[in-house]
Amino acid sequence: MNGTTRTTDYLFQVYRTLIAVFLALVLGFVITCFVSEMPLEAFGNFLLGPLTSVRRFGNVIEAAIPLVFTGLAVAIVFQASQFNIGAEGQFFMGAVAAVIVGIVLPLPGVIHVLVCLAAAMAAGALCGWIPGVLKARLGASELVSSLMLNYVYFRLGVYVINYHFRDKEAGALVSWPVRETSWLHQFLQPTRIHWGILVVAAAVVFVYLFLYRTRWGYALRMTGLNINFARYAGISTASVIVYSQVLGGAIAGLGGAVEMLGIHRRFIWMMMPGYGWDGIIVAILARNNPLGVVLGALFLAYMRTGADIMARMTDVSAEMVTVIQGVMILLVTAQAFLAGWRHRIVVREATRRKEVPQSEGAA
Amino acid sequence: MNALLEMKRITKVYPNGVVANQSVDFSVARGEIHALVGENGAGKTTLMKVLFGLERADEGEVFYKGEKVDITSPSVAISHGIGMVHQHFMLVPSLTVAENVVLGLEPRRGISLDVKAAVRRTEELAEEYSLPVDAAARVEDIPVGMRQKVEILKALLRGAELLVLDEPTAVLTPQETVELFAALRNLRERGHTIIFISHKLREVKEISDRVTVMRNGRVVGVVRTAEATEADISRMMVGREVVFRVEKPPATPGRPVMRVEDLRLVTDAGKEVLKGVSFVVRRGEILGVAGVEGNGQTELVEILTGLRPPSGGRVLVDGEDVTGADPGTIRRCGVSHIPEDRMTYGAAAEATIRENLIADRCWSKRFNPRVLMSLKVVAEHGDALVREYDIRARSSATPVKMLSGGNIQKVVVARELSADPKVIVANQPNRGIDVGATEFIHRKLIEKRSSGVGVLLVSADLNEVMSLSDRLLVLYGGEVVALFPDASEVTEEELGLYMLGVKRMTPEEMAGAEAASAGGRADPSDAEARSPAVGGGAR
Repeated sequence: MNGTTRTTDYLFQVYRTLIAVFLALVLGFVITCFVSEMPLEAFGNFLLGPLTSVRRFGNVIEAAIPLVFTGLAVAIVFQASQFNIGAEGQFFMGAVAAVIVGIVLPLPGVIHVLVCLAAAMAAGALCGWIPGVLKARLGASELVSSLMLNYVYFRLGVYVINYHFRDKEAGALVSWPVRETSWLHQFLQPTRIHWGILVVAAAVVFVYLFLYRTRWGYALRMTGLNINFARYAGISTASVIVYSQVLGGAIAGLGGAVEMLGIHRRFIWMMMPGYGWDGIIVAILARNNPLGVVLGALFLAYMRTGADIMARMTDVSAEMVTVIQGVMILLVTAQAFLAGWRHRIVVREATRRKEVPQSEGAA
Repeated sequence: MNALLEMKRITKVYPNGVVANQSVDFSVARGEIHALVGENGAGKTTLMKVLFGLERADEGEVFYKGEKVDITSPSVAISHGIGMVHQHFMLVPSLTVAENVVLGLEPRRGISLDVKAAVRRTEELAEEYSLPVDAAARVEDIPVGMRQKVEILKALLRGAELLVLDEPTAVLTPQETVELFAALRNLRERGHTIIFISHKLREVKEISDRVTVMRNGRVVGVVRTAEATEADISRMMVGREVVFRVEKPPATPGRPVMRVEDLRLVTDAGKEVLKGVSFVVRRGEILGVAGVEGNGQTELVEILTGLRPPSGGRVLVDGEDVTGADPGTIRRCGVSHIPEDRMTYGAAAEATIRENLIADRCWSKRFNPRVLMSLKVVAEHGDALVREYDIRARSSATPVKMLSGGNIQKVVVARELSADPKVIVANQPNRGIDVGATEFIHRKLIEKRSSGVGVLLVSADLNEVMSLSDRLLVLYGGEVVALFPDASEVTEEELGLYMLGVKRMTPEEMAGAEAASAGGRADPSDAEARSPAVGGGAR
């Protein structure tokens, strides 16, 4: 009987997420009808646009890759019941570190890529370590520290690039290009899909195994489920807090590097790119499951690509998608949404169960 | 019969799928004391919460004084004349008794509280119902028994005709219970109706007119108390015969395995919770710690298990100083801990049974042959313990939150006893679990003790602490006030006097008791000569 309740719960969560997505889309369509002369065409472009050409579908994959990294980074930390608003800055610093190593070090092909990635992970890990250790040692809220540190990292990164690695020949505020030896090559014309896709796959598998198949992941999850219980059982919750943030930072930093080496090949961000915030959305949609993060990232990337196409082809701007996104997150995270429906299911199942003679006694 | 209250076909399902009440019919006559009994988790408290508007029933109707009522909140219940005294008191500790009683109905003088009128009102009420309280004292300074009277007065002032008391005797000493019962009889004579929730059958027999027995979310019977024996009622509660006495082979205590020296604790608020507690636990014995809750037991256990550092004193396990060490270190020294509150400390509700069972040993080579954890070994380990400890679940992959309280406690006990401990610190091991699980856990504890493990058993349940312990000490106000070398020779009444702080042994008397048990039977005459002197001297 326990099995059925658990399955019901799981299915309910899936349905609830799907219904939230559906309602958000309906609302998006209603708003489109108000603002557009050609709502059907606009919404058609939004929903189906990404499927109309290989290049456009490639755009979805390209856009999903950094979201998977930040989604994983946030999910790891969320699983320890800690906040992580810092993936943005960690991602940013990972990109800076990778670009510097990519410009400075003369290294042969594959090795150069690996060194760039390692440098980015180290930079991201360091960025994550700070809020982690502040929380573990001083009890400082990681919510506040990781959020505020984003601005510190952003300014620091912009300073380093502008004053030490700026390409004065270029017409814009960008760094020198990285050496070609550090590139993650694009291999699927006409898209820009690059070998970073292997890195992302490795990261997903690693995070999954780490969380569910190692003692450290176990300690992290138990700390997240009940920190009192973890402490009581002898798990060092302070070190869990630190290493969850460090690992999250490393994964986010890695994402920054992959985005640089695979797509831009020189540092181009003079504003925060926002991947860290999107990572939070992805992690929430995925309920912090590393495999769900892949689906969540693809879904978000698909909507973004669709919105871009809609903006280019019709009179509706791409910001429409942020409305849909907002409603979706609201409904997914709102505990009470459909709670009554769930309760009725539970009541029906539970009372039906009771009518069968109880084999498990007073349990 | 003139029914004051009728609840018809009440069904309540909690969000986790637990059916707390299934089509329950419950009826109370005007002017009776009606006992509602059943094991923990049978649904008594839920039914009363529905009555008082704290929970909404999924189905069913409530009739009060013959009329259908819709009780959506406690304030609606109160306006109908229904009052409830909860298991955990709802008083403001920093306010006085009078202020608590009139809270929300304050007599005013201008814009400020008329303190004199409040005190007068409280004293009149206390007089009228012979529930003596110290109206001017702060609630935090008065004993538990008096706090309960304050709760009852609060309900009466709000016009309660029907009074629900949820396990009112759980926190009382035997003497306070006698007083409470006298007050309840007085209330009945004055025309009040009382619902008395309990699972202590002796008290039910003594005080009630009729009994409704619940089991597993249903009502299994209603009887006139005079026409049923304790054994009849307990059979209805459990669904089978129950053995009340624990079978226990004589203890063969060995050398000390845990030594506690002059343990002190001052909280951040400046309250002195432990004032120099010392004792030893030997191998192969159960040392019971009796006492009314809130006399330092919780803090003592937290210190012994590493959850909280002491302000002074030492804790030695097998000669090793573990004072202020973290829980992991203390566990590695061989201390297991069955915590007071299993949902706060004992288990991760969302995790599976097998995950809960490896929490203290997740670093062991056994589960981590290489880098990855072996899910197969974790599952085998879980399945084996589920079988050995008779945990009722479909498999060890079931999340702990799906289990009943007794089975969750078995998960905790299974993990703690299978850790191969030298000492087990058990705090209220039978709290909130059914008779079957209690019996099982007691048997396991005795088994461990007989195999040479030292057990420190902290319990507010006199029956548990007296039937399980080999030696017994009493904690009162953060001090050890009595030490009995043979728990079986103590009577409940005598224990009650120490728990209330009416009597206390001198350090010499306790040292004598200690020597009598430690030095074996070197001079038994000495110990025997002292025991009667204890009682005489303190009186």
